[in-house]
Amino acid sequence: MSFLNHLISGISLGSIYAIIALGYTMVYGIAKMLNFAHGDVIMVGGYMCFCATIYLGWPAWAGIALAIAVCTVLGMAIERLAYKPLRMAPSLAVLITAIGVSYLLQNAALLIWGSSPKMFTSVVGGQPIALFGGQIMLAPVTLVTVLSCLVIMAALVLFTGHTKMGTAMRAVSEDKGAAQLMGINVNTTISMTFAIGSGLAAVAGVLLCSAYPTLMPTTGAMPGIKAFTAAVFGGIGSIPGAFVGGILLGVIEIFAKAYISTQLSDAIVFAVLIVVLLVKPDGLLGKRVSEKV
Amino acid sequence: MLQKFKKYAVSRRGRDSLLCFGIVLIAYIAVQAAIAGGALSSQMKGLLVPICAYVVMAISLNLTVGILGELSLGHAGFMSVGAFAGIVATTALAETIPSAPLRLAAAMLVGGLCAAVAGVLVGVPVLRLKGDYLAIVTLAFGEIIKNIVNVIYIGMDGRGLHFSLVTQNFTLEEGGKMIISGPIGVSGVKTLSTFTSGVVLILITVFFVLNLINSRAGRAIMSVRDNKIAADSIGISVTRYKLLAFVISAAFAGMAGTLYAMNFSTVTAAKFDFNTSILILVFVVLGGLGNIWGSIIAAALLTLLPELLREVGDYRMLIYAILLIGMMLFNNSKLKRRLMEQRSLKQMEKLEQAADGKEGA
Repeated sequence: MSFLNHLISGISLGSIYAIIALGYTMVYGIAKMLNFAHGDVIMVGGYMCFCATIYLGWPAWAGIALAIAVCTVLGMAIERLAYKPLRMAPSLAVLITAIGVSYLLQNAALLIWGSSPKMFTSVVGGQPIALFGGQIMLAPVTLVTVLSCLVIMAALVLFTGHTKMGTAMRAVSEDKGAAQLMGINVNTTISMTFAIGSGLAAVAGVLLCSAYPTLMPTTGAMPGIKAFTAAVFGGIGSIPGAFVGGILLGVIEIFAKAYISTQLSDAIVFAVLIVVLLVKPDGLLGKRVSEKV
Repeated sequence: MLQKFKKYAVSRRGRDSLLCFGIVLIAYIAVQAAIAGGALSSQMKGLLVPICAYVVMAISLNLTVGILGELSLGHAGFMSVGAFAGIVATTALAETIPSAPLRLAAAMLVGGLCAAVAGVLVGVPVLRLKGDYLAIVTLAFGEIIKNIVNVIYIGMDGRGLHFSLVTQNFTLEEGGKMIISGPIGVSGVKTLSTFTSGVVLILITVFFVLNLINSRAGRAIMSVRDNKIAADSIGISVTRYKLLAFVISAAFAGMAGTLYAMNFSTVTAAKFDFNTSILILVFVVLGGLGNIWGSIIAAALLTLLPELLREVGDYRMLIYAILLIGMMLFNNSKLKRRLMEQRSLKQMEKLEQAADGKEGA
């Protein structure tokens, strides 16, 4: 039964990675940049919810709403101020700028909230549900995490596939110039993508802190990198790929921790990523792009 | 003679090497003078060796990112390999080589060799990938190296070296001592690195890298960067030259790691993490891709910057971040492009005037 318990916590952690990876993959797909600040937006989301529920005494849903609102605006602001002027610049310049934004957010959080960890109270209350006579314990936050991940994934697939904005996003990610000629407002589309990605980061931040309740200015850094790995794992730019990659990464990480070694779990996760990329260089569900000479 | 020197100094190759060696030597003399005059605070003195190590790291990463044109996000992993291999080497060689500078040199060689081996192991699979995928895999390897070094236990006693992974499963004889003990890392090492040894390592690195760039192999590496398919079609073995550049880059990172580690009495694997890799990448990008003297200046200044900003206390990292973003934005702004255009226009005018003058005479 411990196997099932590990599987459940793996899927739960994987769902959080998947939500972050979905945001990551959308931003990457459209802006073609490694947005290293994405992980720190998660952290900001966590702090916003923390402040709203603990300092202001707001109910949990209001805290989540505030976190989403702040992160959405933050994501759009970052794109407008830091990334938009660099749209024509070499990709390394954008990468370094993203790193700068990441430092900025982390250090701003350090100044505002201090370096000591804050204890986050889960936004989902209630007792764990016992299954099979108490052999499997299912925490409500796990259920909520997995469900929200599924809902978000389905919503994103429908959004990108069947709405005008979603179609515009796909067009811009394919070819900015051609999209503009077709009358698509490229700036608005990119801005919207960052808004959605950052909003998802806020949701992930709240869920992450509910499951692992220590909140520090560096909380988002490692999940950010892992989720990025998950996005690459599944094939970056692909929405179902990010979902599959996230879940797999979470499950592998928890199993590695449980059965092999806690200290080596990260090494095992990254080793699996390397093996997958060597066998399938475009990720599990990635598109094969043929090279033009 | 003077004519010859002038010609050399005007050529791109000569200008680059004169600038590199000049900057390092002038900085060395200036720092020595400042130390003699007592103008350096102890904090600044403590930074001297790390600056040298970062300069070597930046030059070596520039070889991968600037000259070879592949983004690496795990360079600190090689630094880590070099650091710990170097520490083991100095401890093991403590009796064989009593002279400290010689022992440091031997440790650097061992560190560089081990990092080069790690470079081959990482490079063979990694260099098959492209672009961002390559970047993420180097990041992954950096994290893997960090995690593995974090669970290494090495001890030494009368019977020789003992080694184990994850848990310490050996006991040492009396008089033996632990060199690396897992997550606690290394403690109580005799520090061997000096500012002079750091500068010597920089000079060796600069000499080697500049010569490489201006050699047949270097031109092959740059042709792979500029156009892989074209390089392939004229008979350049792309994989071989990619691996060559990557391994040399790893080897120098290993030597820098040894230099860095031998400056502190305690070192842990966590020091050489993703953030360190990124820090060095920032030096390379701000110094200019493929520009060796730019890397030297950027690494030295950006290591000093947080120290110089110490006066503003808690805000220093915030200001560092804002400066970083600001510099990147300025570098790619219309304003800078206009300034550059004006400058080249003026230069062209000057050339034209000079040409007119000649015709007149």
